[in-house]
Amino acid sequence: MITIFGIPLQAFLGQLLLGLVNGSFYAILSLGLAVIFGLLNVINFAHGALYMFGAFLAWMGLSYFGLSYWAMLALAPVIVGLFGILIEKFLLKHLYKLDHLYGLLLTFGITLLMEGLFRSFYGVSGQPYSTPEALRGATNLGFMVLPNYRAWVVVASLVVCFATWFVIERTRLGALLRAGTENPRLVEAFGVNVPLMITLTYAFGVALAGFAGVLAAPILQISPLMGSNLIVVVFAVVVIGGMGSILGAIVTGLGLGLIEGLTKVFWPEASSTVVFIIMAIVLLIRPAGLFGKEK
Amino acid sequence: MNRQALGYILFVAFLAAIPVLGIYPIFAMKIMCYALFACAFNLLLGFTGLLSFGHAAFLGGAAYASGHAIKAWGFSPELGILYGVAIAGVMGIVMGALAIRRSGIYFAMITMALSQMVYFFFLQAKFTGGEDGLQGVPRGTLFGLIDLKNDVNLYYVVMAIFILGYLIIWRTVHSPFGQVLKAIRENEPRAISLGYDVERFKLLAFVLSALLAGLAGSAKMLIFVSATLSDATWQMSGLVILMTLIGGMGTLVGPVIGAFIVVLLENKVGDFGAAIAKYTGVEWFQRLGESVTIVIGFIFVICVLAFRRGLVGEANAWLEKRKSLSTRA
Repeated sequence: MITIFGIPLQAFLGQLLLGLVNGSFYAILSLGLAVIFGLLNVINFAHGALYMFGAFLAWMGLSYFGLSYWAMLALAPVIVGLFGILIEKFLLKHLYKLDHLYGLLLTFGITLLMEGLFRSFYGVSGQPYSTPEALRGATNLGFMVLPNYRAWVVVASLVVCFATWFVIERTRLGALLRAGTENPRLVEAFGVNVPLMITLTYAFGVALAGFAGVLAAPILQISPLMGSNLIVVVFAVVVIGGMGSILGAIVTGLGLGLIEGLTKVFWPEASSTVVFIIMAIVLLIRPAGLFGKEK
Repeated sequence: MNRQALGYILFVAFLAAIPVLGIYPIFAMKIMCYALFACAFNLLLGFTGLLSFGHAAFLGGAAYASGHAIKAWGFSPELGILYGVAIAGVMGIVMGALAIRRSGIYFAMITMALSQMVYFFFLQAKFTGGEDGLQGVPRGTLFGLIDLKNDVNLYYVVMAIFILGYLIIWRTVHSPFGQVLKAIRENEPRAISLGYDVERFKLLAFVLSALLAGLAGSAKMLIFVSATLSDATWQMSGLVILMTLIGGMGTLVGPVIGAFIVVLLENKVGDFGAAIAKYTGVEWFQRLGESVTIVIGFIFVICVLAFRRGLVGEANAWLEKRKSLSTRA
């Protein structure tokens, strides 16, 4: 058997893949956070709860309405996005003129509210969700056995991340968005409906979280707390990467997932803290973050 | 001014009378611990303008440290508390030094991430007992004289700790140091241009806040003779923000009132839910007691949207308005 540093190759690659899967979630979530922060100046704490909402929607769709994984993969982000519109229109909108910290506190409250509601209906134990038919099993690549679903998660996240990058950096819509991030008043003076743009941006950002939630449903336990455990790590990812760049968010997310996977192989006890330790180191060396600009 | 002093004297007299009045001392002590915790937090948020989302690390850290020192090393309670507070201070120096490298929202995210790291440490470390927490810590005798196994004795000790902590905060806020902190809160660039070493002031405020939060944590450990993981979670960090917000950030008494309301809420929400269920006939409200988070989250949203000055802040604003009306008339 081939080994790397005394660890069987299969186990090593398996952990790396698992790290990459986690990294994909970090990437999608931090991307959404960065897009929202760019235009709204709000750190959306509820991102984790909305990710959990997406996963629960997948589960609900299947168990109440018999909707397949694929139907929910398309539907859940839309529902989460619509829910996001409600949050923005009725709650967040009133806070834009205040200190940005209030946005964080409000979305924190929304998180507690959502988690509490889901907990009172579904308890804390996880709900099982089976992998869709087409993606079950594994492919033997010769040097490793690749579980199909995990490979799909990584590919699907990468596609979504790069599509987002393309829209924001390469299309006219994205140009407006970037202009709005720089100077909303000026963009509004040019006749762009900035409030609508803000609402849709928030909806899009949280829809990404919902999408990640559906992707996570078959591999992680669907539980009310799944989101907040993730969001704290994503915060660290955002601090490490800095929120200045879309590609930066993607690269940082994936990279940290990989590092976490590697740590699981070599020093399992540290795997839950390694991201935070990296954050501390980055803060010492480059406080603005790897891709961030000092304001 | 005299009226204020009178208010404080009456309040202390009331605190001292609580065991005689037949109020359950453990409940009153819990409120005082949370009140001190919230006041310490408010020193940072209300008077320096720094939102720490990781203050549970100090509460939990000090509780674990003093619990371990007393249980495993046989420390006396006073030394145990001192040790816990010192550990919280060291944690404050490390976390503070890292967090003040960024400001605003990043500061909040960094403190939260670091406290989550502390949480994972406590979850995995051998001495903390993992999920079960550190149980059955002996209360011992304070200074070899006062037997703390007696709840009433412990009550007066905790009361003394609370008043001491409150006085330290009062003194800090009214000192030249406190004025500099307020200047940083109001306008940081101006404070820098006036020649203040803003980073050092922020760090000092952070460490002071961590020390006092640690004092609250050690006291809480003595009351419940245990240190649990829940003291170090981010939910606890959120709870202390809520206490400060409800009471009124940037006011001295606000966090005390906020802590009282939140603890009362946690204990009584079940009865309240049962009452609603009885009146409305909606069975679901029966379960409100199990999911206090819903209520906490709801109040959080309401406070941020409509009630940002908090109870004391609103009361002060109302008094000001009345005063200005009466002077005009």
